[in-house]
Amino acid sequence: MKTGARTLIEALQREGVDTIFGYPGGVVLPIYDELYDSSIRHILVRHEQAAAHAADGYARASGRVGVCLATSGPGACNLVTGIATAYMDSIPIVALTGQVPTGLLGNDAFQESDITGITMPVTKHNYLVKDVADLDRVVQEAFYIARTGRPGPVLVDLPKDVTTSPAKSGGTVPETVSLRGYQPTYEGHVRQIDKALDLIARAERPLIYAGGGVVLSGASAELLEFMETAAIPVTTTLMGLGAIPGDHPLCLGMLGMHGTQSANYAVTECDLLLAIGVRFDDRVTGRIETFAPNAAVVHIDIDPAEIGKNKKVDVPIVGDVKAVLQAFLRRMKKRGDTANWVSKINTWKAQYPLGYCDDGRLRPQYVVEQLSDILKGEGIIVSEVGQNQMWTALYYCFKKPRTWITSGGLGTMGYGLPAAIGAHYARPDMPVVDVAGDGSIQMNIQEFGTVAQYDIPVKVVILNNMYLGMVRQWQELFYDRRYSYTELPPVDFVKIANAYGIEGLKVEEKDGVRGAIETALATDGPFVLDFRVEREENVFPMVPAGAAINEMIGVRQR
Amino acid sequence: MKQHTLSVLVENRAGVLSRVAGMFSRRGFNIESLAVGTCEEPNMSRITIVVNGDDGVVEQMMKQTNKLIDVIKVSDLTARESVKRELALIKVAAETGAARAEILQIADIFRALVVDVGAKTLVLQVTGDTGKIDALETLLRQYGIKELVRTGKIALLRGAKTVKSSK
Repeated sequence: MKTGARTLIEALQREGVDTIFGYPGGVVLPIYDELYDSSIRHILVRHEQAAAHAADGYARASGRVGVCLATSGPGACNLVTGIATAYMDSIPIVALTGQVPTGLLGNDAFQESDITGITMPVTKHNYLVKDVADLDRVVQEAFYIARTGRPGPVLVDLPKDVTTSPAKSGGTVPETVSLRGYQPTYEGHVRQIDKALDLIARAERPLIYAGGGVVLSGASAELLEFMETAAIPVTTTLMGLGAIPGDHPLCLGMLGMHGTQSANYAVTECDLLLAIGVRFDDRVTGRIETFAPNAAVVHIDIDPAEIGKNKKVDVPIVGDVKAVLQAFLRRMKKRGDTANWVSKINTWKAQYPLGYCDDGRLRPQYVVEQLSDILKGEGIIVSEVGQNQMWTALYYCFKKPRTWITSGGLGTMGYGLPAAIGAHYARPDMPVVDVAGDGSIQMNIQEFGTVAQYDIPVKVVILNNMYLGMVRQWQELFYDRRYSYTELPPVDFVKIANAYGIEGLKVEEKDGVRGAIETALATDGPFVLDFRVEREENVFPMVPAGAAINEMIGVRQR
Repeated sequence: MKQHTLSVLVENRAGVLSRVAGMFSRRGFNIESLAVGTCEEPNMSRITIVVNGDDGVVEQMMKQTNKLIDVIKVSDLTARESVKRELALIKVAAETGAARAEILQIADIFRALVVDVGAKTLVLQVTGDTGKIDALETLLRQYGIKELVRTGKIALLRGAKTVKSSK
């Protein structure tokens, strides 16, 4: 007899799902029984949060929808942080959760939680399927909503009686999804595009501020062609790293709280800001009143609600970044004369390079630089959250989109290791490295178990300073060095790795860094590197909270 | 800050009201009143929401509401010619004959209906715009209002124009 569970598996196969990250439990037994001899690969994680992050990492690395599966109650609740992470960064995942039988809904039944209610604020949409006849349609809609428009997570809650009851036969699945309440705009308005091009032709100091929307839209080639044709410098957000090659002469690196000096000065002095696939996040803008104070603002985004949300916009363009940039390229007649501006920016770049005290000590920035030098952009770099994330963003040279995977909006510690697992299944051809801190790696360290079980060749680079480093940095700078609950006792990560059957190396000297990274990358399976770095190293430059982004501390001048 | 009346056409599905109301509260938008019910389309409902905010805030409210998958159309009726009505039921103390006579007179002026007569109370039903109901409430307070309930505002565009599905 074909059941709801079988219907679900077939619907997932129709959506092209090849991998599910999950954790079994009572009410999902019927689904797991169908998975047992299905062609879909299931990766058993050690905690449901990791299933959601792995689905997210899979989606970011591949551009396809990631899928995770958990049981009702605690299983579903454990997904929430992962779903919220995906929501904040507009990542397409579909989360499948078991639910108590429909007859027990609302009864405080064993392992019941109102997961559609709980996830309403952190999903693009969610469904509680009460009738097996709706399953095909709901799964199809869920994937459609997740991947189209501004992507995002969709949750589908599946009561046990729906997955066990006989499938309703004769139902045909429509070719396309049509939702009267959901019709995203892809093509930009031509008159607005021409208005923007007119500003571009007249601008003397134009700047492109590009974000995650460029990566999500697959618009890297278009952005590169446009910036080169129009000779406009580009700064990217944390989420936009890799959208264009980091070593491109027109690339200024990251802007914002830990942005480069040249990027933040360029924003402050530009007369035209082309904001592409960005949302003027507070970590980017600093004090919003002083962000790009002299600039006319053009904002391209697929989500109309982002336009004008934080910053007043002169030319709003609602549409898919790729489609709009293609229209820019087609319709551009004249470019502005930006030679003086570009030369001013080059002066800044030469005058204010990124830097740290490169002495004989083992400093975290050096580790990231060596990693960058060895991989040369040919790998996927995942990070945790905190200083490790910012040093990686600043000192690793990203060259291609979807090679940088990090939790930007939510800033989820513990994201990196499970996301790296997901990234591996999306791109088994690429080396995957998780750059971690000793704090965040311990938030999902149980995933060493998953890595070991499936021999996933993820390399974990721990920048171990025995502190919750970013919080310690704020305490040092703004709380008079009162290190309140930010010191962590030393942990022997190599021993932990070994206990799971994973190889590892502890590195305490600068001399050992490059060799250790090469050894890890040359090893077939997973590898853990425990770098004992300078404990009180800070991430600089830095814009203090509430300051304008050109008011940086910890700056260097050549 | 100006008062705006938003007309929101939604799918008539479980949880829709919760999605709309939840989005307003988590984004810190205050709802003055909200009325929801079925409408001319069989599978849709119409929600009328009254909010206070400057134009930028109200624009954000409308855009964020529109993003909800179950929301079909959002319109701001404020600047357009529309009919706006509320209904209130007011239970007022009427223990003496004199009070009772005065209340009935006031009700007559406001074209309110007496829908229940008790030994010590009257229940009045009044419809109208917010100001009219506020005025009646103020006048009746001297007699002692025992209980009061208001529906929240509902509104329709005047003339042939409609707020229909076109999103």
